[in-house]
Amino acid sequence: MEAEKFQIDLGNLMAYDPSHHFPSLPDSREELTRKCLERGTELVQAVANALFSLPSSEDPDGPIVTLPEPTTKLPREKHLPKPKPPTKWEQFAKMKGIKNHKKDKRVFDEQTSTWKRRHGYDRVNDDKDIPIIEAKPTDEPGEDPFAKRKAEKKQRVEKQEKNRLQNLKQAMKAGALPSHVQLAATALPITGTKTEVPEKANKQELENVAGMAAAATASGGKFDKKLPGEKPAKHPGKYRKFLPVVEGKGLGSQEKQQTDKILNKLMSQSSHDILDVNKAVSMYNVKAEKRRKHEKEKGASSSNSGKLKPKKKSFKKSATKKSSKKSAPKKH
Amino acid sequence: MLKIKTPKTQRAARALEKRAPKLVENGKKTLILHGTKTSGVLNDVLTQIYHLKRGNAVKYTKKNKEIRPFESGGETSLEFYSLKSDCSLFVFGSHSKKRPNNLVLGRLYDHHVYDLVEVGVENLKPMESFMYDKKLAPKIGSKPFFAFIGEGFESVEELKHLKEVLLDLFRGEVVENLNLAGVDRLYVCTAISQTTVFFTHCALRLKRSGTTIPRMELVEIGPSMDFVVRRHRLPNDSLKKEAMKTASQQSKKQVKNVSRDVVQGKIGKIYMPDQQVGGMALSNDIKGLKRQRREAKMKNSAKEDQAKKRKTDS
Repeated sequence: MEAEKFQIDLGNLMAYDPSHHFPSLPDSREELTRKCLERGTELVQAVANALFSLPSSEDPDGPIVTLPEPTTKLPREKHLPKPKPPTKWEQFAKMKGIKNHKKDKRVFDEQTSTWKRRHGYDRVNDDKDIPIIEAKPTDEPGEDPFAKRKAEKKQRVEKQEKNRLQNLKQAMKAGALPSHVQLAATALPITGTKTEVPEKANKQELENVAGMAAAATASGGKFDKKLPGEKPAKHPGKYRKFLPVVEGKGLGSQEKQQTDKILNKLMSQSSHDILDVNKAVSMYNVKAEKRRKHEKEKGASSSNSGKLKPKKKSFKKSATKKSSKKSAPKKH
Repeated sequence: MLKIKTPKTQRAARALEKRAPKLVENGKKTLILHGTKTSGVLNDVLTQIYHLKRGNAVKYTKKNKEIRPFESGGETSLEFYSLKSDCSLFVFGSHSKKRPNNLVLGRLYDHHVYDLVEVGVENLKPMESFMYDKKLAPKIGSKPFFAFIGEGFESVEELKHLKEVLLDLFRGEVVENLNLAGVDRLYVCTAISQTTVFFTHCALRLKRSGTTIPRMELVEIGPSMDFVVRRHRLPNDSLKKEAMKTASQQSKKQVKNVSRDVVQGKIGKIYMPDQQVGGMALSNDIKGLKRQRREAKMKNSAKEDQAKKRKTDS
């Protein structure tokens, strides 16, 4: 079949002919277009052959076929949705093995002896429907039980709201915030993937900033009025300490100790610099050379003193070079 | 404490839902915009691409000074526009002495630039210059065919890239079901040299061939132009890896109690539990139970009747 040489991606309705090659470009534009369309017709026919032979189901609008998955991989538009982390309650329920079960929407209300909604307006056990709360021995005198009930309810609602927020924060950290929820404290991130909950300034940071602000006057905040309960700003650096001027028994020797310490430190640091062996050796060599030169000159003028020198030298070399007593200094 | 912002209206909620990342995505939208200067040719090209993509494209008409997709820092406002208009493909036109009739085709992933191809436009033949039977004109948003011709698309790196971008740009939504009566357009892309691609848009005419497979006939309806590839930038590997992720193919949830029949079509079985009338919770706001008005009416009519009778009696 001719279709064999085309690459067909039925999911994208695409056909590609990798074998075609223009030996030489056609001269005119029309010629080029005509050739391309000819080729295109072949390709589209190949796709159509595959497409129209797919099993189709009839519809009033026309035959409908199910396309296979595209084989050409193209990138996604947005990242994959991340799974929502379980809420605190869900974690707890899983740990305890608690399962959801459906509850009736309508419940029999014994207060009014009617059927009422479980939640919402005109619900069962509504506070409004309680005309009398029986006094208990544990009740404190002077406390309104109705107001107490109301306050408790309010607290429960607040607590639930707090929990909800916490769960949303967790979801946000996992990057799985529901699309309709935005946490207003964060700037709108340009991407859906990177979201960070802004950190609260902690106590230390706040103190630092407050201290800085307090010390921002010419006097360093010395003459500013303090607020009630305000502590003086913390001094950031070290204080200088001075040693006593007069020497005493205990503290007085501190100055000596200090100077000793510094001196020792300096000495120990430069101890390896005190004797440079190489330098010393070269210095010694140079000196010796000079001396020799000097003596050589003298020896040329008066041979008397020349006799003394070799003798001195022979002190070392006498064992090896006894025969060349006179010639040795000349060679050197 | 953080404040939660939720949409105030259901409509806004739906709009946000549409933009959220999904497991199976909807078609990519295209943003069409231009730089500080455009030529007449480029204006034409941008409008025509907008027409081809109609329904799935957003066209900006103002000049954009700060967009330079290939330069670092030049993509920030582009990314912002993409976020704003929820587009993940863009076509950016610019015209300069160095790069006349310049068209940058690019893709975005998560509203960040993914890859870019820069092409120069030559030999533009706009839609208006083609004469054809208007009955053949393709419908807006119909699924197009593609024909890529030439070995260049495989051997040359730039063209290979361009092929992928063109396919992504024009293919529209990935569909599962396709109506065979609705296939009516084809894009032909031919690599005529190492750098040049001849691009044209055709209508399809399905002719009878005697078999179930119709004979395809092409009618060129334009626009047609040459793309000369200039610069291009491939996605970096880590980004590519992330963008290519697909949802693991879950087996579809088995539909219970529904079967299909050739004659009867879709058949569903319904199991009804015993209706225990005695134990049923009835509320007072069930409409059927509102007898009062009806009863009152009957009572009234009975009284009137009696009154009438009395009248006649007397």
